[in-house]
Order: sequence, then structure tokens, then C-alpha cells
Amino acid sequence: MNRFLLPLSIFVVVVGFLGIGLTLNPREIPSPLIGKAAPEFSQPQLYDQEKTLSPADLKGKVWLLNFWASWCSGCKTEHPVLMELAESGQVPIYGMDYKDQRDEALAWLQRWGNPYPVVGVDEAGRVGINYGVYGVPETYVIDKQGVIRYKQIGPLDPDTVAKKILPLVQQLESQ
Amino acid sequence: MIPEIGHFALILALCVAIVQGSLPIYGAAVGNSALMAVAKPAARAQFLLVLIAFCSLGYAFAEKDFSVLYVAATSNSQLPLHYRLAAIWGAHEGSLLLWTFILTLWMFAVTLFSKHLPETMRSRILGVMGLVSVGFLLFMLTVSNPFERLIPAAPDGRDLNPLLQDPGMVIHPPMLYMGYVGFSVAFAFAIAALLGGNLDAAWARWSRPWTTVAWCFLTVGIAMGSGWAYYELGWGGWWFWDPVENASFMPWLAGTALIHSLAVTDKRGGFKVWTVLLAIMAFSLSLLGTFLVRSGVLTSVHAFATDPKRGLFILMFLAVVIGGSLALYAWRAPRVGLGGSFSMVSREGMLLANNVLLIAAMGSVLLGTLYPLFLDALDLGKISVGPPYFDSVFAPLMAPAIFLMGVGPLAQWKKADLPDLARRLKWALGVSVVTALVLPFVMGKWTPLLSLGLLLAIWIVTTAVVTLRERLAHVTGDNFSDRMGAVSRSYWGMLLAHVGVAVFIVGVTMVKGFETESDVRMNVGETATIGGYTFRFDGTQDVVGPNYTAARGTFHVSRDGRDTTILYPEKRRYPVQNQVMTEAAIDPGLLRDLYVSLGEPLEDGAWSVRLYHKPFVDWIWGGCLIMALGGALAISDRRYRLARRKQEPAVAPSTRPARRKVA
Repeated sequence: MNRFLLPLSIFVVVVGFLGIGLTLNPREIPSPLIGKAAPEFSQPQLYDQEKTLSPADLKGKVWLLNFWASWCSGCKTEHPVLMELAESGQVPIYGMDYKDQRDEALAWLQRWGNPYPVVGVDEAGRVGINYGVYGVPETYVIDKQGVIRYKQIGPLDPDTVAKKILPLVQQLESQ
Repeated sequence: MIPEIGHFALILALCVAIVQGSLPIYGAAVGNSALMAVAKPAARAQFLLVLIAFCSLGYAFAEKDFSVLYVAATSNSQLPLHYRLAAIWGAHEGSLLLWTFILTLWMFAVTLFSKHLPETMRSRILGVMGLVSVGFLLFMLTVSNPFERLIPAAPDGRDLNPLLQDPGMVIHPPMLYMGYVGFSVAFAFAIAALLGGNLDAAWARWSRPWTTVAWCFLTVGIAMGSGWAYYELGWGGWWFWDPVENASFMPWLAGTALIHSLAVTDKRGGFKVWTVLLAIMAFSLSLLGTFLVRSGVLTSVHAFATDPKRGLFILMFLAVVIGGSLALYAWRAPRVGLGGSFSMVSREGMLLANNVLLIAAMGSVLLGTLYPLFLDALDLGKISVGPPYFDSVFAPLMAPAIFLMGVGPLAQWKKADLPDLARRLKWALGVSVVTALVLPFVMGKWTPLLSLGLLLAIWIVTTAVVTLRERLAHVTGDNFSDRMGAVSRSYWGMLLAHVGVAVFIVGVTMVKGFETESDVRMNVGETATIGGYTFRFDGTQDVVGPNYTAARGTFHVSRDGRDTTILYPEKRRYPVQNQVMTEAAIDPGLLRDLYVSLGEPLEDGAWSVRLYHKPFVDWIWGGCLIMALGGALAISDRRYRLARRKQEPAVAPSTRPARRKVA
């Protein structure tokens, strides 16, 4: 191909994507990994590095797994929603601090509040790979048998919590 | 009545822009000088008309005319006058008007400083700029009219976003836009040259000062935005790799590459095709930035004024302007031919390598910025690409570029001798390596990144000293000061801008390496110590501003028992939008900033407080200002002033052989 056409070709591809981008809502939710067993892990805890967090310990209850990081702006957006959900006590939210630095993560939680009973640390992003995390924040609803029932990519908002997460949690609890 | 005058002026400006974008270009193609002569008066008329529109909107804001929808949406009767005027560019419609106004301002400048250009060239340049202007005027008049009326008028306005009520808002956007839009001149030069088929050294010589001026504005604009975020967001961060920041940074990277590539085209006639592509790229990225900010395709902390409905118009405009110019490039560039040959080890070779690195860095920023959008479009999910990606990609690309920055100015054109270069640079390298290894130990902490950052900064400075020494040995002059004076200002400008980069790197390295912060709960009278400074909290008072109420804290800062300063951070509440803003208090200094911001009030007058000690942080913005100063110095060079005074093509380099020896 003529090398002088290369810039134009790249540009055409970019414009195509931008065009599709216009039709999308940047906050919409796709849903992979649903109905599969939550990948096992055993990660050190953020506050007590001697202890670990593992899905095996949580068998028998419905819980949320929230991937977050102190460098992620979307996590700040969703944080008040998590705080409110945690205060309501309807479902426990376990945190996974993703590719982050410990001191910054601790400062972040101190600054904005901590909605998590336990926070695991995924410094290398290995757990993230197993869970298919594209980026943070992401939140998983995991049932009593340890099966992923729902995946939220991007920040949670009050509407999603009220209309999707909570009804699902109640349904799973009653099973 | 006045807003209608503004609206009408915009419609007239559109008519003029259509004439300006068609007749002169056609005239240049068929050689009709009567048609070409239309360009200059048309450009000036358009400037005048948009100026009238701009002033009309300013008047509506000053007079609090809340029957204008835009005024009612972005200001309030209690908003002070300077912020009411800054509110002109506080949201979408007015930002576009500012964009267009600055475009016509640059056009006007071209009509003033283009007497020495051939008529065909000038007509094409103004014609191309006219066409760009048509797009923006159409955009405003069809879907984003700032003069739209609100009947019945609102009793009061909804106010400017409190985050924007800051001195930064008054100057940052105009500066940034001067830079963005300034690249339209280099773009128009490139398109004009492609249309005319005369891509020669003269074209590059004419574009150079315009490109440098735009680059200076953009540099200052970005630095001011960064500084604003630093003190306004209350986080103490200075760069967040936010999509909107990236949108301004990408044209800067392309513009920096363009400046260097233009130098080669000017002096050696090489890189012509590449230079044209860079000129198109720099302006295209400015347009893309506008699209990203204005369309809402990406989520960003800057999303003050997004509207996806308008995105389609900008996207089509983008496709026409960028697609059209890249098609023209694909059609015309193959005929340009290559410049003179050169070996890889030569100044051309190093500038080319630097260019490639800068564009690779730009590409990686672009990829990181658009990646979430790509994945979303392919239905692969939503992500947020953050600093871990950008930091890990950007630094490895910049480190070799900065290494080459030291070597390049010392290398001969066409073919340089590697062993000779090594011999001339050995002490610079020695000093840099030793200092970079030892200095962190002296400062009390050694990390590889700290050493690397210092190495790069010292390398720039030491090589600049070597370069200058060799330069002084080559110029004629009886004594030292004569010789200093004989070195051209553009050369001084280059050295100064490079040193600016060094200062910037020192700032970044020291802040990353030595900053300390503390999040504490402080009762009245309690103290906290950070970075050797003791902060005593003396409680808060209630204060009333023109359109807000605030709690103002008092902090006595001392070091080793001696008072350093008193800081007054505020927590402001703006009642109109019911927003709470943190106003950090900063004690700036050459070697460190002390930074206090109030968190939340706790019981008994206690507050959660964030304290930061930021060594050398001001060097980050200082470095940017030095870079811009270097650019300003370069364009004050004799050859540009001469060119203007004599009203003839710029003085050929060959007329001053003595000073060109090492050029």
C-alpha cells in the first residue's frame, strides 16, 4: 500500500470508532463471566497483612467484590454509593485494592471512608486477570455457592444499586 | 438588542468566511489576482465581526442580561464582574465563540505579518483558515448559539460552576486556545504549500515563527491548567492523565516535534513530507481535543459542558477537515521528493529519532485516551486507563529522547563522527552520572528513578554548557561579551528551552521522590509536623465572600521554633449551586511548597486536615515557563525582525557565513 495513505487510513479507523462512540453511553453495562464460579484466590489483607482474603471463607453468604484503586477517578465517583450501601447493612462489600500502593490506598480510605469489612490487596493484578477486570472500578455479585451472578463494569450508581443489585441480592439470599 | 447584534455579526461572519474560504483559493489556482486580493480584507472583516459578537456576549454578561439563555445558565447576579466575563468561556457555546474569535485573531495577525509572502501563498493560507472558520461558525449558528434568548427571562442565573470561579479561569482557557488554534496557522501554511506544490525551505522558514508562538502559548496554557488543578482541587496533584489534559498534551507533543522538524526543513531542506504531516497532525489533534471535550464520548473530571448531540457535528467537521487534508497529503506528498541524504549519526538523524520518540509518546497517550472508547465500541467492556499505564509508557519513551536532546545540538549536519562526539561529551556524561548517583545519597534517599531523573536533568544542563562553549569558540568577537552577543537569539532560545526541560524534570523527580503528606484530625491548638515544618491549627472563623460563605482555618507554620508563615485554607459553600469547594492555602517557595487544605469539620471545632510538603514542585511550572521563554527568545531573533523590516523573503542563511559554521 502507498505509505502516504497510511495516515488517512489510521484516521478513518479512528473516526469510525469515534462515530460508534457517539452512539454509546459511556456508563452502560455489559455482562461477561455471569453464571461461572468465582475464581479462587488468597490475597493478603490491606490492614492486616498477616491475614488473607479468600472467596472460600465467604461460602454460604451473598457478597459483593469491588475492585478499586486510589488512582482511579471512577472509584471516587462510586464511593459515596458504596458507603451508603455498606451503612444499610444489606450486603457486605469486600474490596480488592487493584494495582495500587499500600500507603496511598490507606490514605484514600481514611480520606473518603471505608465501606469494606475486609480489603484484599492485588498489587500485581493477578486476581484482576482471573476475574477479567478491564479496569477499575468493577463490582461482582457472588452468591452462596460462590457463583458470579452479576458484574458491574464502571462505577455503581444509586439507580443500579436500587434496581439491580439489591433485588438480586434479596433473591439470592432467599435461595 | 445587543445580543441580536452579536448574533447577526456571527451570521455576517459566516458569509464572509465562505467568501474567504473559496474565492482566494480558486484565484490562486487560476492565477486571478483580483480574486486573491479578497483574502486580506475578508479576513480583517471577519475578525471585526467576530470581535463584535464576542463583545456583545461580554456585554450581556456584564449587564446580567438573564434573557440570554447562555448568560442565565453560566452566571449569577452575585458573581463578581471578572468572573462574569470569564464565564463567556465557562461552558460549551461561549468556548466555541472564544475558539472562533482566537482563530480570527490569528488570521488578522497573518494579514499583518505576511507582506513578504507571495500573494498566492497568502491567499491560500487565509483561504484555508477561512474554511476552518466556516465550520466553527456553522456549528455555533446551527446547534450551539450563545445568543439564544430565554423568554421570559430568568429572574437570576444558575451561576458559574464554583470550581471555575478562580483567577485561573480568567487566563488559562484563552492561553490554551491561543496555542490550540495557533497551530491552525502552521496547518494552513502546510495545506497552502501542498496545494501550491512548493514545499521548499522558504515555506518552512515562514511557518517557523508562527509555530513557535503557538507552541509557547500552548506550553504556558497547559502549565497554568496544571497549576490551577494543583491548588484548586485540594489534592496537591499536578497532572492526572485525565482525557482532557491528554487532549491538550497531544498537540503539544506533536507541536514540539513540528518545531524541530521545521528546523531541519528550514536549514537543510530535509524532512519536508514529514514536516507537512506533523503540521497537519498538530492541528488535527487540537480539533480532536475539542471533539473529545465537547462531545462527551469520554468521561472526564472536566465534563462541565458535554452534549453528545453536538458530537455528530464536530465529528463530521473533523472528518472533513482532517480527512480532507490527509487525502490531500496522500495525493500531493509523493511528488515532493526527499531532501538531502544524511547518515543516521548526524544532527538530522538525531532530530528524526527525537521526532519519532515524541510521536510515539503522542501515540501512546492517544491510545491510552481512546482505549476505553475502542473497547466500548467493540463491546468488550468499560475501563478506566489511569496513571499506571501512562507513567510506565511515557517515561521510557522520554528518557532516550532527552538523552538525544543533549547530543543533537553538538552533532554536525549530514554526518557526524561518533568517536568525536563521545570525546566532546565525555566530561558532561561523567559529571552527570557521578552527580546523579551521589546527590540522592546526600539528600538522604536513593531510588533508581530519583537517580535517573537527576541524571537526565543534569545531562541537559551539562551538554548545554558544552554546546555553548563550543559555540562561543566558533563565533567572532574580540571579547567574551561580544561573543555572547554574536550567538543568535534563536540559539539562546533553543538552549533556554532545553534547560527549561531540565528544570521541569528536577521538579517532577524531586516531588515524586521526596514529597510527604499527612491526613490528620486536628483539634484547635494541636500541632502536626511534616517535612520538618510544624503546623499549629488555631481554629476556624466564618467569613463571607461576594457569593459564598466560608470557614477559614488559621495555621501557624514554624520550623525549628521560628515562624515560617501563616496559612488560611478555606472551605467554601456556594449557595446558588449548593456546592462546597475546598480552597487550599499554599506557601510557595523555590525549594518547597507548604500546602494545607481543610477536609471535613468534626466535633468540637476539630477538622480533618490534609498537609503536604512538596519539595521543588514549583520547578514543574517554572520549567514550562522557561521553555516558553526560550521559544519567545527564538522568535525575537534578528532574522525575523530583518525579514519584516525589509519586507522581503527572510535573509538567506548564506549571507552570514561566519555565524553559521556550526549551525
